[in-house]
Amino acid sequence: MTACATHRAIDAVWRIESARIIASLARMVRDVGLAEELAQDALVIALERWPESGIPDNPGAWLMAAAKHRALDHLRRKKLLERKHEEFGRELEVQQELAVDDVDTAPDDDIGDDLLRLVFTACHPVLSTEARVALTLRLLGGLATDEIARAFLVPEPTVAQRIVRAKRTLAEARVPFEVPRRDELAARLAAVLQVLYLVFNEGYSSTAGDDWIRPALCEEALRLGRILAELAPQEPEVHGLVALMEIQASRTRARIGPSGEPILLLEQNRARWDQLLIRRGLAALERAEALGGAFGPYALQAAIAACHARARTSEETDWARIAALYDALAQLAPSPVVELNRAVALAMAFGPAAGLELVDALTSEPTLKGYHLLPSVRGDLLAKLDRLDEARAEFEHAASLTRNERERELLLERARACARGSAPPEPR
Amino acid sequence: MRFMMLMIPKGYENAAPGSMPDAEAVAAMMKYNEALQKAGVLLALDGLHPPSMGARVSFDGGKPKVTDGPFAEAKEVVGGYWMIQVKSKEEAIEWASRCPASANEVIEIRQVQEFSDFPADVQEAAAGFSEMQAEAGQRRET
Repeated sequence: MTACATHRAIDAVWRIESARIIASLARMVRDVGLAEELAQDALVIALERWPESGIPDNPGAWLMAAAKHRALDHLRRKKLLERKHEEFGRELEVQQELAVDDVDTAPDDDIGDDLLRLVFTACHPVLSTEARVALTLRLLGGLATDEIARAFLVPEPTVAQRIVRAKRTLAEARVPFEVPRRDELAARLAAVLQVLYLVFNEGYSSTAGDDWIRPALCEEALRLGRILAELAPQEPEVHGLVALMEIQASRTRARIGPSGEPILLLEQNRARWDQLLIRRGLAALERAEALGGAFGPYALQAAIAACHARARTSEETDWARIAALYDALAQLAPSPVVELNRAVALAMAFGPAAGLELVDALTSEPTLKGYHLLPSVRGDLLAKLDRLDEARAEFEHAASLTRNERERELLLERARACARGSAPPEPR
Repeated sequence: MRFMMLMIPKGYENAAPGSMPDAEAVAAMMKYNEALQKAGVLLALDGLHPPSMGARVSFDGGKPKVTDGPFAEAKEVVGGYWMIQVKSKEEAIEWASRCPASANEVIEIRQVQEFSDFPADVQEAAAGFSEMQAEAGQRRET
């Protein structure tokens, strides 16, 4: 095997094993940042030796053992410096683990617990959201600093600094390496899910395929979500989020036209939706609902996505059900954008007048002031009600707010159609 | 990237109808399947009955001819598959390497074609392909 092929193979092993290794070391040394550095050391040793000696039979176990040896060395040095009983106890613990060390015989529950601790530590509230995202991708996704930087379109030193500072913050705040207690679990879990969904959306909202790593973020978020669902199978919102991501990811192929233009949900060629992911999404949603989580915010959004996924054509969409789901979502997690979506669903289900009433109430909403979809939706509903003069003004207003050239052209075209006195064809 | 890992057990081409792997092998394989699932890479998996329960339709001279299994000519046959989603072919190989397979089993790794892999003329010829996938998926669901 060439050195290059060996490096690619090591990359693959690292991607599979790094989170488990870091998680195990973090339990031993009680410091996530240090654990990551020690794991990196083991990786460096592998990169040096394997091209010469060949890849070992069980590369995962090899890396884990090498990393634990590094941890042991560290604890010994620290003990010499501090002579503390606690460290001595931990050293014994690590020695015992090393004596019977074999990834295959290590009880998987322990690894699972360590991983779950790592998830909660990487998403700890002492960290900024940006730091949580970077640390999660680094510690759990095994992404290199430059990969994270490219994914989030920020300079590499910025990400490197962010990670260093995050590790220091965790150490200084003496954040315990543990799964939060029952009473704070829900809040902490929400933070974890938020990070995963942020990562997913960063990849999903990027339309261009010229840099593979941004779309690859969706896959990474989904993978981490699926892992989390295995680690915490009793938490309905985890399944809700996985369901939402699976169903949204199923539309990837249909979302972008031949010249890279975005295609709206109702115009998408549903044949290009990925049925395997849809089935997985619907199954995850069923799990969330079976656990009593039908009304969690992610499960509700997944249920809305599922309504679209189940409809074979956009005309078959169950808008009444979507409107009801938005009602529930608006009560649970009220926001102007949710209200606007609810208005669209109401209009589709019960006619334009029903939606317009809600949209009119939103026109004074300060957070939607520069949001082009508000006048765009309002213009659409007005046009359907044959109030063409008002509709034209709304489309022009929307056109002045959008930053997307193609969308602006579309809106101006609709405005012109209104001026001609013909209700424009619906692009939605 | 999606890969299909095809399990090819030697001798399966001549296995008797209804033959099953023993419980111990299945238990080991289930542990492996769980590892794939816990790593978030497993999308789908299935096992296949032996070819003695199947049939082959060949087209010598352009005419269909049915041969009931087992197939005397077959040197190897597929016994099952996993569909996984990973970052690279190397990662798929690493996962396949971890399978608790026996000495007479082989795993073949094949990347799943994406529509965008096709050149323009093939894309055009295959225009209805994704419709078929959707259609098939819909039926399986209901």
